[in-house]
Amino acid sequence: MEAYLAVVVGAVFAGGFYLVMQRNLLRFVFGLILLSSGVNLLVFTAGGISRGAPPIIPEGASVPVGEVANALPQALILTAIVIGFGLTVFAMVLLLRVYERLGTLRTDRLTAHLDDPQPVAGLPDDEAPA
Amino acid sequence: MSALLVAPVVWPLATAAILVLLQGRLPIQRTLSTASAAVQLALAAVLLARVATQGILVVQFGGWDAPFGISFVADHLSAVMVLVNGIMGTAVAVYALRDLDADRERLGYHPMFHVLLAGVNGAFLTGDLFNLYVWFELLLIASFVLLTLGNRREQLEGGIKYVAANLVASMLLLTGIGLLYGATGTLNMADLALKLPLVPDGLATTLAMIFLVAFGIKAAIFPLFFWLPASYHTPPVAISALFGGMLTKVGVYALLRGFTLLFVADVALTHGLLAWIAGITMVVGVLGAAAQTEFRKILSFHIVSQIGYMVMGLAFFTPLGLGGAVFYMVHNIFAKANLFLIAGIARWYAGSFELKKLGGLYRHRPLLAVLFVIAAFSLAGFPPLSGFWAKLVVIRAGFEVQAWPLVAVSLSVGLLTLYSMTKIWLAAFWSPAPAGVELRAGPAPALLYAPVVALALLTLAMGFASAPFFALAERIGAELTDPTGYVRAVLGEAAAAAFVAQGGAR
Repeated sequence: MEAYLAVVVGAVFAGGFYLVMQRNLLRFVFGLILLSSGVNLLVFTAGGISRGAPPIIPEGASVPVGEVANALPQALILTAIVIGFGLTVFAMVLLLRVYERLGTLRTDRLTAHLDDPQPVAGLPDDEAPA
Repeated sequence: MSALLVAPVVWPLATAAILVLLQGRLPIQRTLSTASAAVQLALAAVLLARVATQGILVVQFGGWDAPFGISFVADHLSAVMVLVNGIMGTAVAVYALRDLDADRERLGYHPMFHVLLAGVNGAFLTGDLFNLYVWFELLLIASFVLLTLGNRREQLEGGIKYVAANLVASMLLLTGIGLLYGATGTLNMADLALKLPLVPDGLATTLAMIFLVAFGIKAAIFPLFFWLPASYHTPPVAISALFGGMLTKVGVYALLRGFTLLFVADVALTHGLLAWIAGITMVVGVLGAAAQTEFRKILSFHIVSQIGYMVMGLAFFTPLGLGGAVFYMVHNIFAKANLFLIAGIARWYAGSFELKKLGGLYRHRPLLAVLFVIAAFSLAGFPPLSGFWAKLVVIRAGFEVQAWPLVAVSLSVGLLTLYSMTKIWLAAFWSPAPAGVELRAGPAPALLYAPVVALALLTLAMGFASAPFFALAERIGAELTDPTGYVRAVLGEAAAAAFVAQGGAR
């Protein structure tokens, strides 16, 4: 099972890195989403996969009885999913703003409109501090 | 005691929560934000004093003993970094009162600023690798918002690069953590120090490389630094000063911790690689700066260059080298942030960051010129300013291990740093103002000057009364070189004995 999942992780990483290296920023974000899923799967796999009961300690005992599943990788992944979601959402909004204000999502053209005079939403481009 | 250890994280987070509720009420937000930063500084000072008298402090969360729960550990390095963060936070909070525009404040500058401080403190204090990742993400998301706050075009353009590089670094960090957990079954750093020697050497080195890249992107070492000069000059001065002073140093801190406590199985390989990286980082950064003509871009490239000196101290892996790296880091945070703040005041007078459009500031404002000279010449390593001692220690550590090529490189980089600083001095301060540039009648607001003067005094103190700073750096160097005390504090006496038996003590 671990070996099979390791191959899957490798494939997802390969796809993620391929997309991250694209010129289009939208593909970059898709790549990040893939990578972040790949990493979650990796943590899950590296933690060791075993069939076991939920890790709940019965009343009165101080250690779990019988074979229980390892809860730690799941806790790690849960945290990582939340963080990954937040970062992805931020990246998406940032892309939207970039597209609005710079007029492109191509990384090689980001600077093309940097000095355009046309008015765009946001703060004026050279405000002096009071 | 445990309250004191978590206070540097809980306090700014609570402040941020309250500031969110006060959204839009700028006068109250400003007062609260500044006062809270000052309290945080006081808390950090108490923490360092406590660590200095009682040794390494540890707190285990939720009553779960290490290595099962999450530990917070304050050794001298952590406590010093938290204190430096408190100083920078207060200085920037005061400066921002006059530097930042009301629009950005309304968009949520104040809460995000405190989330950033909390994230940085958390990263310094945690004793758990996954927890370190969480703090990194917290400070990252806050820094993303601060960097792009206001949506100016150049901010967005720089922000994209910053966000992209750092998100990839985070993925790599999490990958490394997952694999490390798979290999050792633990994520507590002290426990890892015990268990990593049991991992086959090849696997341990592979893991070390993943962490080197992940931390390296955040610390902006060669060849992973391109995002830094592309983005640090774009936000308002108060924000870029905090970033330029503090943020990359969190990466350096992670490198220092990781490559003294965890990845020391094959020092010849890992630290030999670090030595190469240090040298190339120095040279590339300083040459990049030489080609720039914008105040803050020059400073940004110099951040990269000076990261090289800190990594150099780490690469030597001796008490003197590590202590020197920390001394250099602290000196650099003060001097570098101060230069950013001074650039802001220069723009207040002349209206630009472009050296071509600056001039005549020495005649116009002699005090500003003096403050610039203190920070800039300290950065270049002029005796008896703090930068001179910082370089002296690191280079002496190089003498001890006879790393002549690296010593030679670092000396010549010092000269090139002087070239860049002289360039700014000549263009902005010495030469007369170019035609068409009208210098604003001063003086600039006292709130802009106050943090600059305070940081300049700190730079002078580190230069003229360097003995206590050295004593502290020496102690940190010793603690980092021999982590037995760290392991004992977190895991207890039996684990420390096992650590020594494994040959972990050096």
